[in-house]
Amino acid sequence: MSPPAASQRYPSPSQPSGKSEVTDLKTQLRQLAGSRAPGVDDSKRDLYKKVISYMTIGIDVSSVFGEMVMCSATSDIVLKKMCYLYVGNYAKGNPDLSLLTINFLQRDCKDEDPMIRGLALRSLCSLRVPNLVEYLVGPLGSGLKDNNSYVRTIAVTGVLKLYHISASTCIDADFPATLKSLMLHDSDSQVVANCLSALQEIWSLEASHSEEACREKESLLSKPLIYYFLNRIKEFNEWAQCLILELAVKYVPSDSNDIFDIMNLLEDRLQHANGAVVLATVKVFLQLTLSMTDVHQQVYERIKSPLLTLVSSGSPEQSYAILSHLHLLVVRAPFIFASDYKHFYCQYNEPSYVKKLKLEMLTAVANESNTYEIVTELCEYAANVDIAIARESIRAVGKIALQQYDVNAIVDRLLQFLEMEKDYVTAETLVLVKDLLRKYPQWSHDCISVVGGISSKNVQEPKAKAALIWMLGEYAQDMSDAPYILENMIENWEEEHSAEVRLHLLTAAMKCFFKRPPETQKALGIALAAGMADFHQDVHDRALFYYRVLQHDVHVAERVVSPPKQAVSVFADTQSSEIKDRIFDEFNSLSVIYQKPSYMFTDKEHRGPFEFSDELGSIPITPEASSDIVPAQQFEANDKDLLLSTDEKDDNKGLSSNNGSAYTAPSYESSSSISSQMQELAISGPATSSTTPQSSFGFDDLLGLGLSSAPAPTPSPPLLKLNPRAALDPGAFQQKWRQLPLSLTQEFSVNPQGIAALTVPQSLIKHMQSHSIHCIASGGQSPNFKFFFFAQKESEPSTYLAECIINSSSAKAQVKVKADEQSTSQAFTTVFETALSKFGMP
Amino acid sequence: MMISQFFVLSQRGDNIVFRDYRAEVPKGSTETFFRKVKFWKEDGNAEAPPIFNVDGVNYFHVKVVGLYFVATTRVNVSPSLVLELLQRIARVIKDYLGVLNEDSFRKNFVLVYELLDEVVDFGYVQTTSTEVLKSYVFNEPIVVAPTRLQPIDPAAIFTQGAKRMPGTAVTKSVVANEPGGRRREEIFVDIIEKISVTFSSSGYILTSEIDGTIQMKSYLSGNPEIRLALNEDLNIGRGGRSVYDYRSSSGSGVILDDCNFHESVRLDSFDSDRTLSLVPPDGEFPVMNYRMTQEFKPPFHVNTLIEEAGRLKAEVIIKIRAEFPSDIIANTVTIQMPLPNYTSRASFELEAGAAGQKTDFKESTKMLEWNLKKIVGGAEHTLRAKLTFSQEFHGNITKEAGPVSMTFTIPMYNVSKLQVKYLQIAKKSSSYNPYRWVRYVTQANSYVARI
Repeated sequence: MSPPAASQRYPSPSQPSGKSEVTDLKTQLRQLAGSRAPGVDDSKRDLYKKVISYMTIGIDVSSVFGEMVMCSATSDIVLKKMCYLYVGNYAKGNPDLSLLTINFLQRDCKDEDPMIRGLALRSLCSLRVPNLVEYLVGPLGSGLKDNNSYVRTIAVTGVLKLYHISASTCIDADFPATLKSLMLHDSDSQVVANCLSALQEIWSLEASHSEEACREKESLLSKPLIYYFLNRIKEFNEWAQCLILELAVKYVPSDSNDIFDIMNLLEDRLQHANGAVVLATVKVFLQLTLSMTDVHQQVYERIKSPLLTLVSSGSPEQSYAILSHLHLLVVRAPFIFASDYKHFYCQYNEPSYVKKLKLEMLTAVANESNTYEIVTELCEYAANVDIAIARESIRAVGKIALQQYDVNAIVDRLLQFLEMEKDYVTAETLVLVKDLLRKYPQWSHDCISVVGGISSKNVQEPKAKAALIWMLGEYAQDMSDAPYILENMIENWEEEHSAEVRLHLLTAAMKCFFKRPPETQKALGIALAAGMADFHQDVHDRALFYYRVLQHDVHVAERVVSPPKQAVSVFADTQSSEIKDRIFDEFNSLSVIYQKPSYMFTDKEHRGPFEFSDELGSIPITPEASSDIVPAQQFEANDKDLLLSTDEKDDNKGLSSNNGSAYTAPSYESSSSISSQMQELAISGPATSSTTPQSSFGFDDLLGLGLSSAPAPTPSPPLLKLNPRAALDPGAFQQKWRQLPLSLTQEFSVNPQGIAALTVPQSLIKHMQSHSIHCIASGGQSPNFKFFFFAQKESEPSTYLAECIINSSSAKAQVKVKADEQSTSQAFTTVFETALSKFGMP
Repeated sequence: MMISQFFVLSQRGDNIVFRDYRAEVPKGSTETFFRKVKFWKEDGNAEAPPIFNVDGVNYFHVKVVGLYFVATTRVNVSPSLVLELLQRIARVIKDYLGVLNEDSFRKNFVLVYELLDEVVDFGYVQTTSTEVLKSYVFNEPIVVAPTRLQPIDPAAIFTQGAKRMPGTAVTKSVVANEPGGRRREEIFVDIIEKISVTFSSSGYILTSEIDGTIQMKSYLSGNPEIRLALNEDLNIGRGGRSVYDYRSSSGSGVILDDCNFHESVRLDSFDSDRTLSLVPPDGEFPVMNYRMTQEFKPPFHVNTLIEEAGRLKAEVIIKIRAEFPSDIIANTVTIQMPLPNYTSRASFELEAGAAGQKTDFKESTKMLEWNLKKIVGGAEHTLRAKLTFSQEFHGNITKEAGPVSMTFTIPMYNVSKLQVKYLQIAKKSSSYNPYRWVRYVTQANSYVARI
């Protein structure tokens, strides 16, 4: 009975040596199975432990299933637990054997010890064998009614497990309704919390094919229920608090008092030691106040301190998660954090992933008042032992230089980097100096004199080499030996491995030639010859093109290759503001860590509770549905108020003020476009349109698909006629809505008959369709209704998109139009207005 | 909000425990994780971030005592929640096993599975309270002798060197009985401060911060209520922006920038008399975390000089002065300084009569290292190093070396002056007088002097 020898510690599943030991175990277990000798439980414990330890390290011990079950007749709870663990692990692969376990598990479910009842029920539900579900319903039913809260807690999660094995069994047994009533009435907070997570999961999945589930799901966000949870949030443990806070994020408050009530209820959660609770609270605060600029800004001020405390109190991993969120906020509202820049200084012992975030934050908060100190600090890092961080620091200095108006001092610093004579420092700096010169050509004299002093032999990295060559070409007239340096490099053409560098050499030789022909002619000739013989297609083509254009006319060549340049005013941002807004909406999720919206890294069914479109994700639209039923699809428009991100540095002021104008309404009741409002659209839609099946799409559909319009361009007719059978898939709609600029915003009055008819929003959708204007999404609740329409020209695939917000109490409709053809958007708006004015008329 | 799997891997990548809660992640996730972490190369970073995504599976990990605590999920969850959970699982397991290391894990994995079953069900967190979990755990921990692995928390220093504290305290399981039968009634309150200071080359302080924790570990039976009184002149919030009551403007008193509290802490009388009251749950937990940027006197003053001494030679002089009272002793002091790349040799000269000091030049990293076993308050120590270069240097030698960084631990000393004035335990009877330990410790987090 001694344990298997040395191989126990490092066995691997592929090693055959595991087998004999398993056989051994099997025999030993069999011997013990029937025994009632004293001390047999201890021997069993040892054997069970061995089995579990094999299981853990990956040895397949499923072959002892029968013996394990045979030995499970025991009153020893430690043994039972190990047996449950084993059975849970292997039942799925051994459905026939699992049947053996049902008996003893069912018996244990009726044990007088609540601990055993609970454990047995948990194991029973973890078997994951579809054809055994019939045995689950009974024990689950009694488990939910058990007088012990431990058993109830397990039973609630058991219902969710059952749902995943067999949804229909779970629904047919009416378990969701039982959970709902438990959630509202149970005295144990963990039972309530589990009910909430189970119901959220079940109803989200059910919502795809059941209107009732849609309604139920939406009812989770009703005001009484939200307050039911928020008022007693402190009775729940910290993890359940996170769950409740995530629910509260989706709640749409009725007015500003509502908002302040919630914030006051949650204020002390910001002082919680658990970062997850704090971040969930921060998210609620941020989302609630999106439409209230002043308060929103106050929220930033309020959350700053708690977040900084969390950054410095946890493990490096926890700090990283918090810091990523702080990073998001800093980049979004740098001016609010400008005076806190010292918190973002790097500590020498921080992991590089933390340093990287901090460098980006320092770059973001740099302004007139703190630049000097920040740049001084960054220059210290440039000498860092960690080369990756040294590089990042130099890049950060460069970025700050590019975003400042007064770069005088920074240019000096950059040039000092070149004097450090470290290869990687020089390389990074060259790239930066090049960008700087593109933006501020007036600095060329200072830079060129230093750059000219760099020995090209010390520059090896392709990017840096390319930058140096570009400067040599561009400023050939100011650098006396530019032609000779170039000539030198061209003579070593064969040794130059980077195609990028060779391309730059060609262009620089050309530029140099135009400025100093006699000195460069020879080098250019060699370069062109080498280029035309180059195996790299792009290099070859460029050389040939230069050659031909020179042959054609030297002056033309100069105009093509070296025209006078305008300074670059802004370098393209790597991320669009749409993307940034989506990440902000997904605050307190992985999207913030990866700096990507969730659709980029998650499959549809796993978006989790953060993805607003998730609820709509799984509903397929069928062709039949679109022919006789109005497709109404809800999604989140990305036109949120950019109040914090734009003013300082962004150049899309035009865009944001367009957006802003739609949302100047002072009170929250008006359709301010915060995402939680859109959330309401998504959730309350079904209630107002209970007769219409909802057709929805996941976001990756919306973004992944191209345009579906037919490619048949014909001359456009003078009169705007719309195609009654126009088709546009929501993906294309979404894409277009993002890409197209706003053509028109107009406000119409809606006649009283129309308002009356709007009690059934579907009627408007049908009405507009009869005018060849098709609805793609709708939602809202009285008094605010929101619709997205599209239309196409009858004769060509030119599309019009419209967002229409109707306030039934003010009888006003606000319409935003975007069009492929800007010139005809007015004509379309007229058609739209005419159609709308006839709504409700007999 | 749910995780799919939880597992613990050893430094070599062996599974120590593995629990699959939702069967959503394909097999081989442990290997995928380990390979990714071991050979991380992305974004020029040398080490893997705590969270990454491979083929749609999100991997979260925290490193505790050299072990990887890992969770996986396909869902877009709250990253803080999962990392916090992993850290908490480590703490709960430590509470039960007494000592957390690979050995204790392997000996007690059945107990660990018991815990894991109750902490998470179907991927949803149920509880991480050591107290609550007690009623679900039936295995007796097999106690393992503490090894000299990295200590899990700073308070562990009390078991390493100083003899003034009972060594068993931090390695005692919450469930195991003492050899003598009855458990000793005692409670530990540790005030742990990690300080970060950056000195400029001219010696003035560029940035300084104290990150403090009041950590509690209670072995009191019957969960009595406890009152913890802090300095009366304690203020929270700077610049008047805070929502807290803000009294004196500046000068006297301890001013915290911000703080947060454990769930169990009640702040009813905190505003009036700076008292925290709580019923401490079992196990170790932070009562309060605080952050302070108020100026304080740094415990060490560092003076570094690097000078050329000929064509291929230079001399480094590092002088440190302990700026704390002479009855306080700092221990395990390490001073490091990166030397120029082209340094080929360094010879050291310690002051006369130096004891308990070690010097080293690490050829591969060009790192000068100076270890001092202890430094008594008020003392000053100097190290001279003669460097030999393999090539001539150009430019400014100070740009090629440094900064000097320091790590140290100073028991029974805290720089913030935050104090636990008294620790009151609601009495069960007149004879009930449990041991109360209030301990202070200061540690360097990032202590850097530029040259």
